Formats: sequence, structure tokens, C-alpha cells
Amino acid sequence: MSACPDKEMLLHGLLDGELDAANAQATEAHLKTCPGCAEAYRGLQALRGRLAAPGVAYGASDTLRARLEAMTAPPRARPRRIMAAAPWALSGGFAALAATFAIMLLQPTTALLQDQLVASHVRSTLAGHLVDVATSDRHTVKPWFNGKIDFAPPVVDLAADGFPLVGGRLDYLDKRVVAALVYRRNQHLVNLFIWPAKPGLLPARAAAPPAGYAIVHWTANGLQFWAVSDVEPRDLEAFHQAFAKAAHG
Amino acid sequence: MTGRILPFGPSLAAPAEPLPPPGRGRRGDAGEGPLSALDQERFRRLLLPHMDGAYNFARYLCRDASLAEDLVQDAFLRAFKGFAGYRGGDPKAWLFAIVRSSHLTWARSRSANLQAPPDDVEETAAEDDTPEQALVRQGEVETVRSAIEALPEPFRETLVLRELEEMSYREIAEVTGAPIGTVMSRLARARAMLLAALGAEGPAAEEAKP
Repeated sequence: MSACPDKEMLLHGLLDGELDAANAQATEAHLKTCPGCAEAYRGLQALRGRLAAPGVAYGASDTLRARLEAMTAPPRARPRRIMAAAPWALSGGFAALAATFAIMLLQPTTALLQDQLVASHVRSTLAGHLVDVATSDRHTVKPWFNGKIDFAPPVVDLAADGFPLVGGRLDYLDKRVVAALVYRRNQHLVNLFIWPAKPGLLPARAAAPPAGYAIVHWTANGLQFWAVSDVEPRDLEAFHQAFAKAAHG
Repeated sequence: MTGRILPFGPSLAAPAEPLPPPGRGRRGDAGEGPLSALDQERFRRLLLPHMDGAYNFARYLCRDASLAEDLVQDAFLRAFKGFAGYRGGDPKAWLFAIVRSSHLTWARSRSANLQAPPDDVEETAAEDDTPEQALVRQGEVETVRSAIEALPEPFRETLVLRELEEMSYREIAEVTGAPIGTVMSRLARARAMLLAALGAEGPAAEEAKP
């Protein structure tokens, strides 16, 4: 017993949901009265079941997955290439800014914040989220923050001091969105987190940062600054001095 | 690691093969150049989810595990480079057309170079199966896979796109460049051949065997 020759395409169309309502109804009605077509249709359904069994379709291997992920990674995961092409902008006249900053080495408010800072720094150095805006041009980075945060972080280029600007991004720290500026020191990265200071709150002394990481904290112009890096502590202090001189005058 | 050097490997930067389907997604001079960060995010969002499907399609096209990986990687690279020319439409069909084109390029250059045919189809278990699943499934799954792989190419690709990738007739026509009527007749023929190869009994009858 076999299907009616003129109905064969309709059976496939019905199985695939490709028939319009009228044809679908007519074919279903025909299946009820024609044992040959009904049997053929059951055969097609059974075949579909066997093809749908797990394992028949192949899946991409983890290796291929990783390769494709890396190949299409957004540019912020590849800052070096962008840096190479970017022109340097030298820091200029920020001397007019009133500078009232207090230096407190290694005094985060809590160990929790300190851990957050280091975690954010480490996370940013892994592929995926170093910078949202990758440019050494501070005139590009500064306006990029406009409208994204409710304060205006000073952006300076410190290439002359050995800390070229890599870019900026938004981060989340201390339960708020903060600005992060990224600088490079040789092969190391410096993350500078900036957000408004809480008036009248002096940070409490906490434990030293995790081994291998340095944190320098200061406040100026109502903002608090947290520089985090795996460079030598004295290099980070040099970064702080250079930044303060350029940004706060 | 790729297990094989593709003949078109070194010329990836300028493949001569235009990207089907015509009319959209075509690589053009204006479409070249680095993608904006926004476009890259869009590419990742639209196309990376089809990685498994693209591999499955490539695997059944070329019937070789490591060649399929190379084809998919090449297709993604071409899609990535040509993404500026992507004009909307179904991203999966667009990507699959490029996978198919990569395979065609490879097959043509193979026959041009008169290299050894890659018909030494590997008999590998499903990579993502647990050992237990593999034990239970291997017999039936391998039978079905081999039956699909034995189909002539036009029927094989149509069947895989419909049954494994669940594409509509229109999408299959878009990927393969064949008219919908041809898609329908190929599908019917592919199913008839599979039924003949696998036997009429369903999976229940198959699994009831000791």
C-alpha cells in the first residue's frame, strides 16, 4: 500500500507546516480516508522522530567555540592594536582647576571595597572589558562620559610621564556606576576609578591589598580617586603625582 | 588545532566566491573595513548563537570533523568581514549560505588540485554525549548519521537544513539558491531514500531490539 502519487508533496508540506489552511485541512481529511497516505504520513513522522534524536545533529566543539569567540571579540578586548594607531595627546592646562586633594596611601574604606577594586582591575585585564572607549585622546574620552554618569571625571594623558592613556569605561563599584580610566605602564595596566566623594567621611584603614597589587587613593574637587595596578607601589605613586599635577594643577 | 590545511587558506583575505544569496549580504568594496564596536556586538548577538547549527551543516556537507571546523571558521571570518554588507533578513540563512559557499570553494579547489577525496568519513561518537548516553545511543545515532551521510549532496543538505536545522522551505531556498519547488522535491526524495535505507520501522521498533 502506498500513498496517492498526487498527494505526496502535500504530505511533506503538512508535515513541515508549509501548507496554507485550506490545503492543510483538505490533506488532513484525506489522511482519514486513505490508508495508503496515512501509512506514508506515519512513516514520515517516525523518520522525523529518529532524525530529531539527540546526537544526530552535531555541535561545535569547545575549541571551535573559543576560536570564534576570540575572532569576533569586540575591540575593547584588543586595546593594544587600537593604541598603536592612536595619536598621543599631551596633558595641558588643567592648572586652573582648584586642587584640594588629600593623599592616603592604602587606606580604602573597607576591605570589601578594596577587594572590589582589585577584582575590577583584574577583570578589566582579562579579555572582554578593558575599555568601552579605546583611545589615547583625552578629548574623546572625556565627552564619552557625558550623559553616562552624573559627574565629570578629569581626563588627562600622561604619556609624557610614562603612563599613556588607553581609554575609559564604566564600572560598578561601591553600589554605584563609576568612571574608570585605563593607563598603561610598560606591560602593566593602571585602572583609575573615579566617583564622587562622600563629604565628611574619612576612609577607615583596612588591610593591605592582595599580594602583587597596589592601591593609591586620594580625593580632589569632590571626587575620590582609586588607582589600582600590579605595578610597583612607587610607580603607582608616581602615577598619582603625575595625574594630580596634570588634572588638579 | 586544525587537522588540515585548506587549499584556500592563504587567500582568505580575497575570496573570489561571491556570497550568496544575491541581493544581500554580498561582499562589496564599500562593505570592507573594520566593523564599528556596535556592529561587532550586533554580529556576536546575531550570529554566534548559530555556531552549532553552522558546524552541523558544515559537518554533513563535508563529512569530516576537522574540515568542518575549518569551513565554519572560514565562514565566520568571511561573514565578519562582510557584515557591513549584511542588509537584515534571517541571519542564520545568511550565515549558512556563506558556510555553503566556503564548502563549495573548498570542493572546487580540491577537484581542481586532484587531491585525494576526503571520503574517509570518521566514525566518531557525538562529542557532547556522556559515556552513558553514547552507549545507549551509539547504535541508533550512528545508523541515522551514516544514512544521512550516504545521501547525494543536494538531498543531504536539504534534509539537514529542514530536519536538523528546522528551516522553512523559503529559508532553505535562500541558503541553497534553489527554487522552492526544487527544495520540496529534493526533500521528498531525500526522505524516501532515508526511509529505504533505514527501514520503515520507527525508533520504537529500533529500540525494542536487544
